Amino acid sequence: MTNTYQLISSNIQKSTSWQQKYREIMLLGKTLPPLADILKTDDALVPGCESKVWMFVEFDLTENALVVIGDSDTRIVKGLLALILALYNGLTPEEVLAVNAYDEFEKLGLISHLSASRGNGVKAMVETIQTMAKQKAL
Amino acid sequence: MSSFDPKKIRNDFPTLNQTINGYPLVYLDSAATTQKPQCVIDATTQFYTSQNANVHRGRHTLSEQATTAYENVRTLVADYFKVTSNEIVWTKGATEAINLVAHGLRNTLTAADTILISPIEHHANIVPWQELAAQSGATLKTLPLNADATFDIAQCCEVIKRTKPALLAITHASNTLGNITDLAPLIASAKAVGALTLVDGAQGALHLRPDLKKLDCDFYVFSAHKMVGPTGLGGLYGRYTTLNALSPYQTGGEMIEKVTLTHSTYRNAPAKFEAGTPNIAGVLGFGAALEYLMKLDLQTLQQYEQQLFIYAASTLSKIDGISIYSNLKSNIGTLCFNYKNEHPYDLSTLLDNYGIAVRSGHHCTQPLMSHLNLNGSLRASFAFYNTTKDVDQFIAALKECIALLD
Repeated sequence: MTNTYQLISSNIQKSTSWQQKYREIMLLGKTLPPLADILKTDDALVPGCESKVWMFVEFDLTENALVVIGDSDTRIVKGLLALILALYNGLTPEEVLAVNAYDEFEKLGLISHLSASRGNGVKAMVETIQTMAKQKAL
Repeated sequence: MSSFDPKKIRNDFPTLNQTINGYPLVYLDSAATTQKPQCVIDATTQFYTSQNANVHRGRHTLSEQATTAYENVRTLVADYFKVTSNEIVWTKGATEAINLVAHGLRNTLTAADTILISPIEHHANIVPWQELAAQSGATLKTLPLNADATFDIAQCCEVIKRTKPALLAITHASNTLGNITDLAPLIASAKAVGALTLVDGAQGALHLRPDLKKLDCDFYVFSAHKMVGPTGLGGLYGRYTTLNALSPYQTGGEMIEKVTLTHSTYRNAPAKFEAGTPNIAGVLGFGAALEYLMKLDLQTLQQYEQQLFIYAASTLSKIDGISIYSNLKSNIGTLCFNYKNEHPYDLSTLLDNYGIAVRSGHHCTQPLMSHLNLNGSLRASFAFYNTTKDVDQFIAALKECIALLD
């Protein structure tokens, strides 16, 4: 788990109300640099329903690490995306496979965002990253 | 009539009496599905507890009782819509009812025919016609629509006159906007050129309780779960001769007259369209729903819903930055709106944390959304069990959510 993620998750966990938690998440989304429009292609869309999420997962051979970038047209999902990026970016494929995003979302009280009816693509984001990690893992 | 007591009505619906995320539930998603009164829940339970038997099959007492109760509900539906009971076919919903008609016309329509729909339709009243057009070679055309998604009725009548469609399929009220369609002139124009007419009553059946003989359409489809009844049930009204002329939708048991190993003959409507064991528990629950609804005076009900709607619309429109897309002058009680350029997903997610149930997205009306140049919207849809307190809680929560975003 990355240091960035530790910092972010402890901030979210410190929230005293759900309003504050959402504010933290949306602020987190704002820190994510927007993807250039040219990269927001249909191919990069994570299959979701309502919110659009564009994501690229690459593998840095020299660093043996996953590199994930992305963007979303909604504030909340963009914040959740930033959380996922902080969770996985820079990890080796083996490390990625050892991190369970569901457990982390559970700890942060955000597990409902991974439910089937949300249709926000969060689940698909995690699956895309895990699939890439599986392919690259030794 | 002053017997309409919102507080008493509300107590009939157990689902409404709960807290969601620590807040009292404000249910504003009745366009998706309505809540159920206790009598509907009881009727369904009672069927499985003491009446369960198949219908139209056994000669034993339970089966005969179930058959009588089941067929009585068909009569109730007919009473509700002022038609005769053999003109009512059970389906699993409005969607299946439209598919049944579209399928039934496959051998009737040809490449020379035109099917006319409107751009505000639910996907369920678009896609089956695209399929029928593809199968029969018929052309699918759409009625013109004003920029604000209302109809210029005179212009629409002109288009009907000119295109001479074989069929006009149109909604009674928009599921996204709540706008009520002024059907009478459209149906009259369609009839004048010999077109069949199908009305999507998924939204209209509850709020408008139409007299279908007066409306004079050939087909009217509805969903029980949007009329305080159980899910998995709906129906089709069809003018008898027109209905009976459709080819069967599904084949199998109960719809046949005589079967040999090489050939079968079919029964007349409605049996012809009801292959297999039907949703008996759903039908009996729907019977309780209809009895419940018919005890409410239509005029009183509509007045109440309108007052509530106007109150909600005027309070909502006072919030700076809100755009409302619904036609407020003729509406079943649905508010389609956005706040500035905010994504409806964010607002509906935040509203949910306040116990407010609204819908966000394209509401299965993508062509309408692109007509309005929107990626999506929020939709708050009201029913007679909502109160001004619901409106106040909704507006207060919305303001809080907006403050969180700004």
